Amino acid sequence: MKILVPVKRVIDPNVKVRLKNDGSGVDLDNVKMSINPFDEIAVEEAVRLKEAGEASEVIAVSCGGHVCQETLRSALALGADRAIQVETDCDLQPLAVAKLLKAVVISESASLVICGKQAIDDDAGQVGQMLAALLGWPQATFASNVAISEGLAKVMREIDDGVETLEMRLPALITTDLRLNEPRYASLPNIMKAKKKPLEVVAAADLGVDISPRLTVLKVTEPATRKAGILVEDVTQLLDKLKNEAKVI
Amino acid sequence: MVDYQAPLRDMRFVLNEVFSVPRLWQTLQLLSDTVDEQTAEAILEEAAKITGNCIAPLNRMSDEEGCRWNDGMVLTPVGFRKAYQTYAEGGWVGVGGDPAYGGLGMPKAISAQVEEMMHASSLSFGLYPMLTAGACLAINTHASEELKQKYLPNMYAGTWAGSMCLTEAHAGSDLGTIRSRAEPQVDGSYEISGTKIFITGGEHDLTENIIHLVLAKLPNAPAGSKGISLFLVPKFLVNADGSLGERNTVSCGSIEDKMGIKASATCVMHFDGATGWLVGEANKGLAAMFTMMNYERLGVGIQGLAAGERSYQNAVAYARERLQGRAPGNLVAKDEIADPIIVHPDVRRMLLTMKALNEGGRAFSSYVAIQLDAAKFSEDPVVSKRAEELVAILTPVAKAFLTDMGLETTIHGQQVLGGHGFIREWGQEQLVRDVRITQIYEGTNGIQALDLVARKVIGSDGAFYQHFAEEIIMFIDSSGSSLSEFTVPLKEAIANLENLTADLLERAKADANEIGAASVEYLHVFGYTAYAYMWALMAKASLGKESQDEFYASKLGTARFYFARLLPRIYSLSASVKAGSETLYLLNAEQF
Ligand SMILES: Cc1cc2nc3c(=O)[nH]c(=O)nc-3n(C[C@H](O)[C@H](O)[C@H](O)COP(=O)(O)OP(=O)(O)OC[C@H]3O[C@@H](n4cnc5c(N)ncnc54)[C@H](O)[C@@H]3O)c2cc1C
Repeated sequence: MKILVPVKRVIDPNVKVRLKNDGSGVDLDNVKMSINPFDEIAVEEAVRLKEAGEASEVIAVSCGGHVCQETLRSALALGADRAIQVETDCDLQPLAVAKLLKAVVISESASLVICGKQAIDDDAGQVGQMLAALLGWPQATFASNVAISEGLAKVMREIDDGVETLEMRLPALITTDLRLNEPRYASLPNIMKAKKKPLEVVAAADLGVDISPRLTVLKVTEPATRKAGILVEDVTQLLDKLKNEAKVI
Repeated sequence: MVDYQAPLRDMRFVLNEVFSVPRLWQTLQLLSDTVDEQTAEAILEEAAKITGNCIAPLNRMSDEEGCRWNDGMVLTPVGFRKAYQTYAEGGWVGVGGDPAYGGLGMPKAISAQVEEMMHASSLSFGLYPMLTAGACLAINTHASEELKQKYLPNMYAGTWAGSMCLTEAHAGSDLGTIRSRAEPQVDGSYEISGTKIFITGGEHDLTENIIHLVLAKLPNAPAGSKGISLFLVPKFLVNADGSLGERNTVSCGSIEDKMGIKASATCVMHFDGATGWLVGEANKGLAAMFTMMNYERLGVGIQGLAAGERSYQNAVAYARERLQGRAPGNLVAKDEIADPIIVHPDVRRMLLTMKALNEGGRAFSSYVAIQLDAAKFSEDPVVSKRAEELVAILTPVAKAFLTDMGLETTIHGQQVLGGHGFIREWGQEQLVRDVRITQIYEGTNGIQALDLVARKVIGSDGAFYQHFAEEIIMFIDSSGSSLSEFTVPLKEAIANLENLTADLLERAKADANEIGAASVEYLHVFGYTAYAYMWALMAKASLGKESQDEFYASKLGTARFYFARLLPRIYSLSASVKAGSETLYLLNAEQF
């Protein structure tokens, strides 16, 4: 069984995000970039499945410019076997990514895709679901536990009133939640091996899908700054404020 | 205390932009296959992650808790075992080790950065892998094939640790007088007896075995330093199949209660007829130790830098937020009760001094690391010999100057926090306490200065010094006028050092006391001049890019500060050097 893991290059979660002066987006100049944390969890899960003998190969895929290769090397250092960069300079939106990935899934005949539940830059949280739909595969999103045996995937997901367990037949798609696992640190020998693992570049144009943007970003702004708190006089005032100002009760 | 963020940007700048190290790696056949810019980048990123997330958070509490001795066993603080295991499993203990025995063969230029991150996360923690790496180096260079195969793979893997047992109660700087003895046995092994003190990591609970390298004297050995041999003494004997056997008769009598690095076990070690094996030739043990000293001493220098870096990060974060007093002239934070203290000239002086010394130190230690790599990996004997001689003269400077500056910077970092700098919770006082030992062990800074002047400068009749001076002059001559604001004062500084060196060579002929009287200040003049060269190199790599990226603007600003405010220290130090030894001997011992 081949597992395909899409990985995205995003602003490092420890970096304080700054906006461009013209409000057109986030300033990425000289900013530290990393593998999307949920994707790292996805790679870890795939590698564990391989180590447990459930998978034969783990393939990491990233769509974007040449710089994505760094992200792919991170995935390789964590234990992925090989990598594919779908090369494009186009501004990629979730549907476009899903379409590109679909083409790769088919050409690789992967039977399981594990994605991060969302990328921490745009927080769209759509690629996994769209990809499953395009493939016509069952999907289990926000997984907090995954077990695979004999062509069946059993996935637990944390929902508001407890834990839901889904079972689906492969091929299937899973998206990872934060608590699925704790990714390992890449070991030095694996970092060095990553350099020698195969990394294939495929031109997005050769995959025959329309990836032109369909959404327009109008403006990007800072979230409103939090106002200072106040001390309420008594419970009545508290209730009043909760009801009429905060409108939470 | 803010979280430690490894200064990756600056490390990258130093390696790639100032010294173009990846290009150098390509020219060295032995390295070109192991490492390139991308691999180096990936290694540094991962080292930053593991040290920042896994070790740095332990630093504060492990200082409170310290190590505990219990009936010969030593317990390290909570969290150390798990962190050590993660660190070892990642292969980091063997980062610079020999690939023939399971090491990773990385150049020192990379492992120096890894060491900085590790020590900045926790000096105490960093010592365990550091001592192991040092012991491995000695074994790999001098031990028999059999010993190497038996011990190195587990040590590089971090499953076994190492220790260096040199010091005895009456023999510290002067190791020639040690009393530990080694009796040859019929099977080719030795029985080692004696007591060593101050042994870092002599006993602990991080690994299943500890391999001690012990200095001892053979029967009828010549007196003094020419009669000392080096032995490998494992805590647990190792069976022929590699499994652990009997406990050897080596034990930890107690651990020291001390000023800093409290989470590093400093042990009294008893060897009671313990079984050991000779490493290298009989009576050449001190020489064997010295061949690896260059790596170790640079490593200790980097500890000084690491503490300074962590202190700086805390100090800057604090200075931006602490509101106190008003800026002279304009109000900066009109809506606040006061301005952030970063507006005050004196706070800026302290922060900039820290920044200039840290970044100068990072460039300098990387420069020395690159020379170590050239000496080890170059196939051109001329290049390798020159690099070796540069290493010889620069290593005592790196050890002593980086650690002396480490104390200065951590004290500034403490001062920036005012009263909070004195309070434990903020972490700044711990850095002062922790860094203090780096000036003392691995040869006190006084001994380093003697080594520099007596053995390296005078011992080579100025030849080693000339390599360095010539390189700087060549750099000045090949730099255009755009750089003259840096090269002009650099040229004056090198002329000053030249003059001081010639003067010292001359005076030492007449009176041997002149060497010891001049050495510490001379080393400092050397250090500031070397940093001036580093800052000129960094300015060159930044000039013209300052409007694209704040990083370069900040570099240039700091370079200007260094030349204007720190380099001039050489002139007062030089005056002290020139004053000679006379006034040191006006008092007799009773008059003190
Ligand atoms: C925390 C800690 C960890 C240590 N770890 C280790 C370890 O792992 N292994 C190990 O073997 N040792 C270790 N040491 C020992 C350390 O290396 C010695 O303490 C150091 O070398 C100084 O020796 P000493 O303490 O005997 O001081 P001394 O040699 O007595 O020196 C006292 C003072 O006299 C000066 N002095 C001595 N001789 C001269 C001279 N010829 N000219 C001018 N000045 C001189 C010194 O610079 C110093 O200022 C450690 C020590 C400490 C405190």
